[in-house]
Amino acid sequence: MTSSDMDIDEGEDPSEFEGGAYWFRQGAKGAFCLPTLILMMAFVGFTSLAREVGLTLTEVLLMSLFMWALPSIVVLTGAMSAGAGLISAAIAVALSAVRLMPMTVALMPVLRDGKRTKTWHMLIVSHFVAVTAWVFAMRNLPSMPRAARLPFFAGFGSTVHFVVLCSTALSYMVLPAVEGPIAAGLVLLTPIYFMFSMYQASRTSGDKAALILGLILGPVFYHFFPGADLLLTGFVGGTVAFVGWLFATRRAEL
Amino acid sequence: MSEVYGSWWWPYVMILVAGFLATECWRWIGVFASGKLREDSLLFAWVRAVATALIAGIIARLVLFPEGVLGDVPVWLRLAAVASGVVGYKLLNDRLMAGIISAEFVLIGGWAFLI
Repeated sequence: MTSSDMDIDEGEDPSEFEGGAYWFRQGAKGAFCLPTLILMMAFVGFTSLAREVGLTLTEVLLMSLFMWALPSIVVLTGAMSAGAGLISAAIAVALSAVRLMPMTVALMPVLRDGKRTKTWHMLIVSHFVAVTAWVFAMRNLPSMPRAARLPFFAGFGSTVHFVVLCSTALSYMVLPAVEGPIAAGLVLLTPIYFMFSMYQASRTSGDKAALILGLILGPVFYHFFPGADLLLTGFVGGTVAFVGWLFATRRAEL
Repeated sequence: MSEVYGSWWWPYVMILVAGFLATECWRWIGVFASGKLREDSLLFAWVRAVATALIAGIIARLVLFPEGVLGDVPVWLRLAAVASGVVGYKLLNDRLMAGIISAEFVLIGGWAFLI
């Protein structure tokens, strides 16, 4: 919906218009893949939790639509069910969503097509930045022509978003409360899927080192500095991995 | 205060402010912070490493300190499930589905066996 507006906006040159619409459709087709299915299952696990704590269907859908980041949605659900105040809930959610900032910073240079990409386009498609779309984009976009990347990502992101919203609504209304081992399995899906897809999306040995360091440092910082643990894990783990990779690959230049 | 908490619009204010604004602002900041950052620069490689380590931190937290149903599963079983996921992933030539299925098989099977 938002992205078709974009195509019209770029429509002065007919071939450009065709190109954008074509890549948008390609992105939409690309959305029917395993990662989307896994995300749908993970949201099924969330609807089960949401019903348990008494969220309505409208609230569940609004959270999915406006936030579009499962870990943060789970944090807000916890805060709302505990009757937390607005400010403390906002701080908890903001802390859990900090990761979206470096993810967006890392994705934008891949998406941008020089000066032809308008900032408001970037602001709109940035809404689709979440682990699933980010991993998919970092893996698939670099091999595409620059002009194709933004419409492709918009098509992919909006389709995944729409499909997951539909399946979330359906599972809230139809599925009985999932319990026991299956429910635990659905919750485990998110971290397991994140882990393997991050590994596949890593481009350099530096990225792989960052992944492994983050897995180790995360629990350590959580134990010693709860609250600031994710930021610390990102900065310390990422910087150490980056510096190590720099020394390993460019020793001659340094 | 209780009137505010009980009113019909309170959940929507929570979702708009504590949900939408608290998450979306990071994406917008990210768009502006990316500025003229180039894909082939070292700064870009560093930002990517930071984002990767941050997500890895979330992964570890979701597995080791989960809330709700997954938290009832003993920690050794959760770790065994992740480990068998890694083994399955590597055995079947880095196949995403193999890793996920072997991890889920161990977790769901093991937990069904225990309770």
